[in-house]
Amino acid sequence: MTVAASEAAATAVVPALRVRATRQIGDCLAVAGASLEVAAGTVHALVGENGAGKSTLMRIVYGLTRADSGLLELGAPVDLAHHSVAGAQALGVGMVHQHGMLVPTLTLAENAVLGREPMHHGLVDRARAARELVAAARRVGQTLDPDAVAGELTVGERQRAEIAMVAGRAGRLLILDEPTALLTPDEVDALFDLVRRLADAGGAVVLVTHKLDEVARIADEVTVLRAGRTVATWSYEVSTDEIARAMVGGEPPPTPARPPQPAAEAPVGLAVQGLVVRGPRGLAVDGIALAVRAGEVVGVAGIEGNGQRELALAIAGLTPITRGTVTLAGRDLTRASVAARRDAGLAHLPEDRHRHGLIDGATLADNVALGRLAEVRRHGTIDRAALDALTARLLAELDVRPPDPAALAGALSGGNQQKLVVARELDRPGVRAVLAVHPTRGVDLAAVARIRDRLRAAAAGGAAVLLFAADLDELFALAHRIVVLYRGAIVGQLDGAALADADARTRLGRWMAGAA
Amino acid sequence: MTRSVETVRGAIVALLVAMAAGSVLVIVAGGSPLEVWRTLLTSTLGDRASLGQVIFRATPLVFTGLAVAVPLRAGLFNIGAEGQLTAAALTCAVVAALVPSSTPAVLAIGAAVATAMATGAAVGATTGALRVYRGAHEVIVAILLNAIIAGVALWLGNRSLFVGEATRTATIVPGAVLPSLGFAGSSASWSFVGAVITAGIIFWLLARTTAGFVWTATGRNLDAARAAGLPVDRARVSSMALAGALAGLAGAHFVLGHKHAYENGLGRGVGFVGIAVALLAQGNALAIVGSALLFGLLAQGGLGVAGLVPKELVDVLQAVVLLAAAITMRVRTRR
Repeated sequence: MTVAASEAAATAVVPALRVRATRQIGDCLAVAGASLEVAAGTVHALVGENGAGKSTLMRIVYGLTRADSGLLELGAPVDLAHHSVAGAQALGVGMVHQHGMLVPTLTLAENAVLGREPMHHGLVDRARAARELVAAARRVGQTLDPDAVAGELTVGERQRAEIAMVAGRAGRLLILDEPTALLTPDEVDALFDLVRRLADAGGAVVLVTHKLDEVARIADEVTVLRAGRTVATWSYEVSTDEIARAMVGGEPPPTPARPPQPAAEAPVGLAVQGLVVRGPRGLAVDGIALAVRAGEVVGVAGIEGNGQRELALAIAGLTPITRGTVTLAGRDLTRASVAARRDAGLAHLPEDRHRHGLIDGATLADNVALGRLAEVRRHGTIDRAALDALTARLLAELDVRPPDPAALAGALSGGNQQKLVVARELDRPGVRAVLAVHPTRGVDLAAVARIRDRLRAAAAGGAAVLLFAADLDELFALAHRIVVLYRGAIVGQLDGAALADADARTRLGRWMAGAA
Repeated sequence: MTRSVETVRGAIVALLVAMAAGSVLVIVAGGSPLEVWRTLLTSTLGDRASLGQVIFRATPLVFTGLAVAVPLRAGLFNIGAEGQLTAAALTCAVVAALVPSSTPAVLAIGAAVATAMATGAAVGATTGALRVYRGAHEVIVAILLNAIIAGVALWLGNRSLFVGEATRTATIVPGAVLPSLGFAGSSASWSFVGAVITAGIIFWLLARTTAGFVWTATGRNLDAARAAGLPVDRARVSSMALAGALAGLAGAHFVLGHKHAYENGLGRGVGFVGIAVALLAQGNALAIVGSALLFGLLAQGGLGVAGLVPKELVDVLQAVVLLAAAITMRVRTRR
């Protein structure tokens, strides 16, 4: 036996992490005996659909969520009943959350020492905090400015800084929860370089993700969770198809084609001209002109915070327009009320379904009535029979579960909530334009397929579709044309043959990062 | 259904907690809890006249409770029932005194009640509009309006409306007087029947109509209601207008059913107790009738036990009921 092999055998005996846990949240088992074993020096992908229990299992390991039962070993057995974040950190475990935990108004150095500030004569020793952060970053091959204010950095920069802060203290195990959701392709490359270096240095990294191409690129091992249970673990080579089958517990839905190309002479459905929207810090939308023809799907790409939100809200009528116009089928709606826009045929799938799409505390039927009041009104009262019939039809159409009009919207999974919004909005009579903002974010694979099908059907039916997505896969799956927003302006556009080019994603990624 | 069961259970728990706390207070005050509770019950439910007084005291609380509950549905807090009531009572008394004495009761009462509702609605709508269109918080606006209306009413009265030496307007015409409900000479009038019917109408309005749906949606998630194209601004103003009209009915009750004139200080405090009534009933229009009767009972019983314990103790007890209700509701929403 060679030295290297015996070392490998030794690490195999004592893994960096071994966990098995059960945890009930509400009426359902979020984690039902799922187990995971991660060897030191490896990158381990933890995949599964939304609600499969990935995040809950990792929160148990990190001490954020208590397990009802199970066992945990971090080098040595840990008492799960008395496990805590402080305990996890003391054992060299770190976790970086999807949306980050940095305080936006503080500098990186201040964030790094928050809650355990180095003191000097009763004052915070800022110089020492900055020194330590720079040193910690250097150890993981990063350079960063400790005095930069977190809120002024890009999402990618913030995330790398957070990893640098955490990785220095996470010698045993670093947990990254959906780390690439908000990154450009170049930033993803940089992140994966960093992850690989950490693993090569002997640390273990758990990458929680649902992007299978990432698994293929970076992971040494893969564990698949489904409905709170571990259904498969593979080492080395495994096809993404095989992983997808394990995730959904059957054949994954086929990838359908884009909606048919609209006719060249198709009229313009939705258009904005010279649109300017003032945001909290300067102009959020700075002179955008965009025309979507009937039957066309135009994708809007860009890093979060480059004007997408304000552009969508301005078209929806939910934020004041400073200058410019919004027209729908030739009709000027710039100053029209939300109701007038909807009557003119605008359907809005809002970015934040909890804020703009649904009333969590109301029933599914009432949530349908929310968007369809005119259809169920009779002599000033609500026709409950008509509403129940409409609700039942919408729930069946997109397979919303449970199909119970009396269920509370807040009790549904994210995917089912989104399907409800999609069904309610796109089924309205006379829809001529669709504003779809991150329509499949945080939604499981089956629901993604349903929602995309519904958007395709809307386009095929002659609606002009404006699709906002952070995920390029979604844009490539649906859009005839992709524009890139950067700092409130359109900086690039790809359509037709250019979308099929091998370097299409690279070009989009450059634009997203602000390169000319 | 389970929700209303929980509401009732919450109210009972609140009551038991309040009784326990009240007993402790009675002991501290040197009284005997058993004797106090017995007196409290016999002086309110012991005979028809006392029962009538409980009903009489509950009547305006039903109206002001509803005046708080309706805007609460739409996400607004109406602390302005005091001012709405005062303004409405004054105009109501003026109209009811000015109509020809030969006017049929239906018309006289109708005109007086309509005036009260319109006046209250105007005050309520003003508060709502200032909130919705100018961003001025409705609680601050209402507190200021309460003070302004009280001052203006006194000024108007002293200047031209009060008759003789008293701070009291002219007596209303006989046709505008709401008949007594009987109850052995108690002050209870038919306005209590009006209050119960009003509560029924509001319950139906909130539960069944599109207007009620829009209010509820607006109150539960303003952004979602706006994004769905519902007329949220109009809904919030109209909820406050209706609240003002309901508080105005409380004013009409005092003028037409009790004092038969506007008096300075009439109905004082009823608007604020209405907040407690609505909160204990958790905004349910039908439960408000029961909640108002409970507060009416405490107010009436306070007079009965006045010889046994300090009168303030009953005020404290009301506050304890409310506090207990707030605590049990908090526990309920956390689950």
